[in-house]
Amino acid sequence: MELCPLIKNILLLDSEGKRIAVKYYSDDWPTNSAKEAFEKAVFAKTQKTNARTDAEITMFDNYVVVYKFVQDLHFFVTGGENENEIILAAVLQGFFDAVGLLLRGTVDKKEALENLDLILLCLDEIVDGGIILETDANVIAGKVASHSMDAGAPLSEQTITQALATAREHLTRSLLK
Amino acid sequence: MAQPLVKKDDDRDDEVDYSPFLGIEKGAVLQEARIFNDPQLDPRRCSQVITKLLYLLNQGETFTKVEATEVFFAVTKLFQSRDMGLRRMVYVIIKELSPSADEVIIVTSSLMKDMTSKTDMYRANAIRVLCRITDGTLLTQIERYLKQAIVDKNPVVASAALVSGIHLLQTNPEIVKRWSNEVQEAVQSRAALVQFHALALLHQIRQNDRLAVNKLVSSLTRGSVRSPLAQCLLIRYTSQVIQESTNDTQTGDRPFYDFLEGCLRHKAEMVIFEAARAITELNGVTSRELTPAITVLQLFLSSSKPVLRFAAVRTLNKVAMSHPTAVTNCNIDMESLISDQNRSIATLAITTLLKTGNESSVDRLMKQITNFMSDIADEFKIVVVDAIRSLCLKFPLKHRSLMNFLSNILREEGGFEYKKAIVDSIVILIRDIPEAKESGLLHLCEFIEDCEFTYLSTQILHFLGIEGPKTSDPSKYIRYIYNRVHLENATVRAGAVSTLAKFGAMVDGLKPRIFVLLRRCLFDNDDEVRDRATLYLNTLGGDGAVVETDEGVKEFLFGSLDVPLVNLENSLKNYDPSEKAFDINSVPKDVKTQPLAEKKATSKKPTGLGAPPPGPPSTVDAYEKLLSSIPEFASFGKLFKSSAPVELTEAEMEYAVNVVKHIFDGHVVFQYNCSNTIPEQLLENVTVIVDASEAEEFAEVDSKPLRQLPYDSPGQTFVAFEKPEGVSAVGKFSNMLRFIVKEVDPSTGEAEDDGVEDEYQLEDLELVAADYMLKVGVSNFRNAWESMGVDFEHVDEYGLGPRDSLAEAVNAVINLLGMQPCEGTEVVPPNSRSHTCLLSGVYIGNVKVLVRLQFGLDGPKDVAMKLAVRSEDETVSDAIHEIVASG
Repeated sequence: MELCPLIKNILLLDSEGKRIAVKYYSDDWPTNSAKEAFEKAVFAKTQKTNARTDAEITMFDNYVVVYKFVQDLHFFVTGGENENEIILAAVLQGFFDAVGLLLRGTVDKKEALENLDLILLCLDEIVDGGIILETDANVIAGKVASHSMDAGAPLSEQTITQALATAREHLTRSLLK
Repeated sequence: MAQPLVKKDDDRDDEVDYSPFLGIEKGAVLQEARIFNDPQLDPRRCSQVITKLLYLLNQGETFTKVEATEVFFAVTKLFQSRDMGLRRMVYVIIKELSPSADEVIIVTSSLMKDMTSKTDMYRANAIRVLCRITDGTLLTQIERYLKQAIVDKNPVVASAALVSGIHLLQTNPEIVKRWSNEVQEAVQSRAALVQFHALALLHQIRQNDRLAVNKLVSSLTRGSVRSPLAQCLLIRYTSQVIQESTNDTQTGDRPFYDFLEGCLRHKAEMVIFEAARAITELNGVTSRELTPAITVLQLFLSSSKPVLRFAAVRTLNKVAMSHPTAVTNCNIDMESLISDQNRSIATLAITTLLKTGNESSVDRLMKQITNFMSDIADEFKIVVVDAIRSLCLKFPLKHRSLMNFLSNILREEGGFEYKKAIVDSIVILIRDIPEAKESGLLHLCEFIEDCEFTYLSTQILHFLGIEGPKTSDPSKYIRYIYNRVHLENATVRAGAVSTLAKFGAMVDGLKPRIFVLLRRCLFDNDDEVRDRATLYLNTLGGDGAVVETDEGVKEFLFGSLDVPLVNLENSLKNYDPSEKAFDINSVPKDVKTQPLAEKKATSKKPTGLGAPPPGPPSTVDAYEKLLSSIPEFASFGKLFKSSAPVELTEAEMEYAVNVVKHIFDGHVVFQYNCSNTIPEQLLENVTVIVDASEAEEFAEVDSKPLRQLPYDSPGQTFVAFEKPEGVSAVGKFSNMLRFIVKEVDPSTGEAEDDGVEDEYQLEDLELVAADYMLKVGVSNFRNAWESMGVDFEHVDEYGLGPRDSLAEAVNAVINLLGMQPCEGTEVVPPNSRSHTCLLSGVYIGNVKVLVRLQFGLDGPKDVAMKLAVRSEDETVSDAIHEIVASG
């Protein structure tokens, strides 16, 4: 197990360091307060850096943290002290780009929260119990976005009213933008 | 149905920080989750509710057992819907809820159905969920499907099964091991990540079989591994194999080095880096082997990506510790990194440069660092300060510029930890480089002129008091010290008074001036300061006559307090102010073992100010002093060895007792350290009744009871035994604590007059052969071994049976023998299959003993050991074997 590259956590925080979606794969932070303390410390340490073009990196309490920011979203991937930094960066890039694809380019906090289900599925597809599942953003996004109906599902499940409701919702959203 | 959502959308105009989860409440969401039970499911809304539940969990909200169960049962209903998006959310929430075993049964059939579905996505996810929540019993039922899934032609399904296998291997190894044929097939997969996951699982299945790992590595290093991640894994496995095999082949080329070197030309950066790092970490790597790795790392240093620069500079930093010359080629690139945007990279670059720099480049480097220091955080600055200290110790001739640098940064802004690091460094430099002493002390003096940290000021004053009087011109420090008396808070003022007194005591010429200054301190408005001044004036004879300071006074000023502070504090607390003056001799001198152990641990590190000269006495000294103060034991001769304390009671019992075994040539003394943890009790006449019927060679000769054992103030009682001289007699002793207990009124602290006799059973104590062995190291084991000769050599082999690891076996034997490991051989490299450990010691009767232990793993867990003993006495060599044979 110890030879396999392991991810300790993946964090998506907003511009104030608050959680949007986080996933911990290690027992290093047993309680929610320990997790929050870690997030706070990571956020404080990286807040002033410019990680908007390239992923940045820092060492922190014997963890290696790679991170990248866009708009008001802060992406972090944490690994152990001896982890290959470039592998961590590949995971970060996969997460970052997949979220970009899933949110169709408008990557900010509002959009992320409105599509939180996609973000959570995305986390689920990248790492399983600390082991990297996939780092290719296109594959990750593809797996998440396969939102179509089961081929065998009866049409009756999607009623006309429902379809209309969906259409109306989309319309109101686009008008309000 | 979509009513609430539309409403929220309306709010958005006036709410700037809009969030779909604004004002979300657990209760309401749980209420909403009831729609999962609707006969006509609305997948869209159900997904939204699950998202809300997940949001709550993600924010750290917890569900009670009942709530979680309720949600879980509701969620299981959603398997009816065939909406894919909803099903995925169902999978995620089941994993998050981590249902208990009896709940799992509810979803098992649904998940098993999905596992055999035609839809790849269902199969992959159902496997992951099922394996996450299942226990061993269910696993046998689904094993068949899992084996199929491993070789599924859809890579996502195969990966899901393989990754689940890796997790399951921790809990159900025997089942997962049966899949190795399928896993092996998957290693050949064309899908990159399947290969990665299969390789990881295959290696874990075989990790204890050295030969199989070897075979796996040699076949794959020749073949074609496609995925960069799998290639990284292979590099890790390869370096593990190399690590293990170097023990066998001392000469010739390193096996698999060519493979690692080839990976340096791989197209993926992660593989290049992994290989470069693996090469730098090879055991006893040669500079020829290092060169290609350093070259690629050097290229990374000028990469545009911060992650690459960081990875490279961090690795080079490590290399610089063992092979500084190999890294010097990168110095130019490294210097340009000092101005790197990423301060972690810059700091690593600087510390690397400090390690690799030569004497001539120091000055230039210091100039660059000065600019750099102003804009990094304290934590980085501390790293730099530490590096500069080591540099200065390496090039003592450069102390002037390095010391100047330290004093400059000392004057700048900074937090306590940073300032302390600098002060500690200066103190260490003063101590180790005599030429730096005067300038260093002056820097410290200047620092305390404007120091906001009381702790640092007092520590520096104390240090000045010790070092200052020994300099060529002590008078120049007086001004700085006396300024403190004017300008600082009471704590620092008191410290300054003590320091002045030390100058007065050591330098007779300064005495009249010191007296004038001390007399002024008599008008201070703080008690402590006035008291100290009065005390010192009296002890130094401040009545005007300049007399030579007598030894007693010096001892008082400079000597360390010979009673432990804890005991003194306790005694003072218990002291009842009355006619009788407090007698310091009544303070127990014996040390509570705990604080001593702590002191020992801290004094190992070079703590600058923390450990000024006279260090705390070592444990042996302390015990020796204590025992020789007891007249009954004075005739026993020299103390040979004192053991570490052995606890005879469980933690947190009424009375805590531990015992220290003191070994003399013809006697053994047990020192029972007792403490009473009940405030309402006073114990009197405390003795330990020792039954030595299982230790035939011992005869009790004396015992020394403890008169009183009040609450929370530990005391000792002793029992002495006679034993045959020079012989390592062993035996088992059972102990009974006997005492008179008196009730104490907690409000007044008065004890009642009448007491009740009582007994308290303690655990048994064993005297073992290791107690007769003194840990004494030798500097050159080989020389000592050769010169000891083979006259009394005794070699034999032993099987140690199954052990957790080789390291555990090695430690067990070292502890059993109680000998000193030499040349760091007590450390077993990870994953090694054999190990040689060298021990030395002195056996009772002052017989030198050397031991060479060769360990080998025999099968997966069994450890075999070859024990070779050489000593100056044949019986002792045999005795050592006896210890091992009976241990």
